[in-house]
Parts: sequence; structure tokens; C-alpha cells
Amino acid sequence: MSDQAIVEKIKAKFSSEVLDVVEFRGETTVTVKKEQIVDICTFMRDDLGYNLLCDLCSVDYMGQSPRYMVVYNMYNITTKQRFRIKAPVGEDEKIDTVSTVWGTANWLEREVWDLMGIEFNNHPDQRRIMLPADWEGHPLRKDYPVQGPDREPYQGRLS
Amino acid sequence: MGVEQPKTLGSGFITTSLDKLVNWSRASSMWPMTFGLACCAIEMMATGAARFDLDRMGILFRASPRQADVIIIAGTVTKKMLPVIKTVYEQMPEPRYVIAMGACASSGGIFDTYSTVQGIDEELPVDVYIPGCPPRPEGLLYGLMKLQDKIRAERNTFGAAIGVGEVVHNEA
Repeated sequence: MSDQAIVEKIKAKFSSEVLDVVEFRGETTVTVKKEQIVDICTFMRDDLGYNLLCDLCSVDYMGQSPRYMVVYNMYNITTKQRFRIKAPVGEDEKIDTVSTVWGTANWLEREVWDLMGIEFNNHPDQRRIMLPADWEGHPLRKDYPVQGPDREPYQGRLS
Repeated sequence: MGVEQPKTLGSGFITTSLDKLVNWSRASSMWPMTFGLACCAIEMMATGAARFDLDRMGILFRASPRQADVIIIAGTVTKKMLPVIKTVYEQMPEPRYVIAMGACASSGGIFDTYSTVQGIDEELPVDVYIPGCPPRPEGLLYGLMKLQDKIRAERNTFGAAIGVGEVVHNEA
């Protein structure tokens, strides 16, 4: 099935959810609203055969609204096709966990929360995974000082 | 007999020579903790292997901190790893020495970020800093020999071992 046909299937089933479709260098990305992300991911897995979640990551578009974007990179092992779904998440908003759809999303969502601070509803184990358990803040956010909050910011080579 | 000697040979003779014996034994059997953190550990392993052969200097890697005299901080120290390193260091018996191997262990190196300790000397007393990224085995060997020089120059090591006074560190 071509990516175009997959997009049409998603649009047919979740017509009010799809915000944007982008095709770039043979990779298709569908941006959807975050409310029905679990249903969309279940549809991708069960009806379209995307049985592997390669990566679940996030982007910080500081200054824009909504600020964050959660990105789902999925792979169909049978047809060796890739697909990408994105869902915007605003500041102080939460998105539902897809760890019920793909088990691997459990740790990936922990990583997203640990480093970007996006919270996931109904996550079974919301703990830090990379940073020490007593860490404060989320370092991959654009407004986090890269050298840590307890140091003078970088002033050029002489600092 | 030991009481008589200071009269005939001058005071300080016995402790001085015991210092030399203790220093010789310590400098000749510096056992480093087997502890690698990053790419510097690869160079440390190469230094221990056949071509450079640390064993010929009495430097044998020990897998237990209880049997180790030296800890070579070989690599980038992250803030998450720091408690582990401190625990290992505290488990080592005194006298214990610390070598900061490479740019990362000495100063944080290129990792000027929130997650990296900017030099292990923020937490542990470092005896020898070895520059390089990573240092070549010759560099590590030179650093170890510098530490041997430092140990040989210590005074009152025997006295400190039996509980009399503190070790005096002299310029090597």
C-alpha cells in the first residue's frame, strides 16, 4: 500500500483529527490532534500493519503555540514501510500514553518526559529514565540553560 | 637497640629509613581500581596490555576497591555516575590516590553541559592530571611515574600508618 493510500485511510477514518499531511523525500508525515492519538495509533497498528514503534520523540518549538510536538516514528515489518505521525501538545497540556499500543512506548515516553517534560496520561511508570532520580527540570527544553542552572551562562571563549 | 640508635646516628634516622621502605613498597605496587568510564578506558586497557605492560612496574589492575591503591578516572564523569565513583573511592583503603586521566576527567573537556561534572577535582582530591583526549599510553605511563615520584617524596608515611602524625607531602 502506498503512503498516499495510507493517508487516505487515515483521513477517511479520522477526518476531523488530521491537521496536516507532508510528503518530503519519500517520507510521509501526518499531523493529528492529540485527543484521539491512542485510537489513531491502534488503527495504524491493527489495520495498517505498523507493528513496530521505532522511536517516540518530541520537539520544542519555543515561542510558538502549541509549544511541543510529539513524534511517532513507526515501521511495518511485513512491508518494510515507514510512517510518521506528529501530535502538537501545548504547554501544561498532557497527551495520552500509547504504551498500551506498543509496549516500547513505555520507556520512550519516560525519556520524553524526563528530557522534555511532556506528561503522558495513564502512563504506567512515569519515572526519570536518563537523569538521576532527584534531578530538577527538563534539560532538552529550549529555555533550559545548556550548562545547567547552577552555572554562569556561557559568555564566549573567555568565560 | 632501637632506643639507642638516635644517640649514635642522630635523630630521625629510624623513621626516615622506614619511610623509604614504606614508600618503596607503595610506589612499587600501585594497584589501580579497574574502572573505566569512556574512551580513555580503552587507552588504559592498552597501557595495561602486552605492548606497554603496566605489570612490569608492579601496577596490577584490581577488580575490588578494597584491594586498590589508585583510582584512574578514565573518561567523562557524568553527574549520574558521580555517586558511584565517590562510593568506589570511599571504599578504597588509605593511602589512596586519584589520577585524572584525560581532558574530561580533568576539566569536563568538550562536555561543557548540564549533565557533566566539570572535572573530578570538584569531588575527589586529584594527585596527577594527565592531559590528552585521550592520552596515549605513554602519557598514562608518565602520569603513573609522576605519581610514583610523589609517593617516594612523601615523609612520615610509616608514622602515619601506625597512627603518629600525618603524612607530609613534599615536592617530587
